[in-house]
Amino acid sequence: MESITSLLSIALGAVLVNNFVLSQFLGICPFMGVSKKVETALGMGMAVIFVMGVASAVNWPINQFLNANGLSFMQTVTFILVIASLVQFVEMFLQKAMPSLYEALGVYLPLITTNCAVLGVTLQNAQKSYNFGESLTYGITGGVGFLLAIVLFASVRERMEFAKCPKCFEGFPIALVAASLIALAFMGFSGLKVW
Amino acid sequence: MSNPAVLAPIVLCVLGIIFGIILAVASKVFAVEKDPREEEISECLPGANCGGCGYPGCGGYANAVVKGLAPVDACSPGGPEVAKQIGAIMGVEVEEGARKIAQVMCTGGGHNKTRYDYVGLESCLAISRVSSGPLQCSYGCLGGGDCVDACKFDAIHIVDGVAKVDFDKCVACGACVDACPKNIIRIVPLNAKKYTEIPCASKDKGPVVRQACDNGCIGCKICVKACPKEGAIVVEDFLAKINYDICIGCGLCSRACPRQLITVDGKVLPPKPKKPAAPKADAAAPKAEAAPKAEAAPKAEAAPKAEAAPAEAPKAEPAPAPEAPKAEDAPKAE
Repeated sequence: MESITSLLSIALGAVLVNNFVLSQFLGICPFMGVSKKVETALGMGMAVIFVMGVASAVNWPINQFLNANGLSFMQTVTFILVIASLVQFVEMFLQKAMPSLYEALGVYLPLITTNCAVLGVTLQNAQKSYNFGESLTYGITGGVGFLLAIVLFASVRERMEFAKCPKCFEGFPIALVAASLIALAFMGFSGLKVW
Repeated sequence: MSNPAVLAPIVLCVLGIIFGIILAVASKVFAVEKDPREEEISECLPGANCGGCGYPGCGGYANAVVKGLAPVDACSPGGPEVAKQIGAIMGVEVEEGARKIAQVMCTGGGHNKTRYDYVGLESCLAISRVSSGPLQCSYGCLGGGDCVDACKFDAIHIVDGVAKVDFDKCVACGACVDACPKNIIRIVPLNAKKYTEIPCASKDKGPVVRQACDNGCIGCKICVKACPKEGAIVVEDFLAKINYDICIGCGLCSRACPRQLITVDGKVLPPKPKKPAAPKADAAAPKAEAAPKAEAAPKAEAAPKAEAAPAEAPKAEPAPAPEAPKAEDAPKAE
């Protein structure tokens, strides 16, 4: 029971309290870039969940190995290498095995390589010295948090298209303002805990 | 081995090599066969991704061509040039078709004759929803600019409240055709030497059209009688239509039209004069003046010129590019 509670607590923290985008400000580039439509935002979010989960799983044994050899200072550079190769591999695999999913994800898949939320989740796994199950949970639920944030933001942006706002704020500036307001709203979750 | 300074590069190199090998193997194992012709075709396409061919972007079209689903000459922005290149890649001969353009079937002769004042969203779709627009003519251009927004080539604009196509820029991708809620934009082929058009879509009877528009087609069939080619103009539902395959672009219908509706290369020709000989001498003078300042309004020059020499009138018509041909025409007419 203990472990399930801790996993739940990790999940809640990753989705709401310490949301990767809105509280930790990681992965802002795709968050701003691919949030014009809810549909594409959903695709991007799904791809991020997938890659964050797999990256957490793959990087956990590598981190163990680094720690065992006193090489923990190499976490960042190794994780970048792993994530970049992983995304490439996943892209090739999807193109062959699941062409329809590959088409649906389209350009977002390679974009994830440069998504710092993915690097962030693996580094935090190492920092907090999570075990394998905890790492995986943190990775997947972190992706869910990203999905939640980007879909919420995309629906806000869709409505903003029709709103009248001052000329100088049109487009990107007002999107940044909206993003900050959503982040502010997410601060309301801080302090939420699972007992 | 325990020295991290030695171990670190070794670990990184080994990891890099492992991942490199995995990726290399994966690229072979998961290789997806792609037709090399697809890339070649993509390279010679304009890359505007206009969707005029009916496929999602230029890549989709290239894919469809390779699969044999699309004809090689379906790219209208690229025109015959690109069609020839694609034909060469696919090993298909391409027949050179006529260039096509979009045409708005409304002159705007009735855009001041409204039934009510419309105040609201400036979009044709919105305007047309309010009892099909404020115009008396239910076929008229609303001038809301939906087509302007749809055009990716900056080839259509609202001029005096009515959409007008810039023939030089138009590539006939058909985006405006789909955008127009009134369905009065058509893609027409430029078969004839001079592009003759009856820009009206009104199927109302004569008196109704007269009331609603200054120059809408009333279906009087005078153009049909003036036309030297049989079947080049057909009147159906009180609306004359050009058959582009037969029309030779002589412009006689444009001169005959009592509504001054029919255009030749975008301009309405003046009516045929009754007495051809009399004003010849007078007309020569303004023409000599007009010739040097070629870019001055071509419409204003056209009138005296045509009166002066009716026999040569077709030659002296205002051409789409006023600078070049005008200088040649002037001495001829004298």
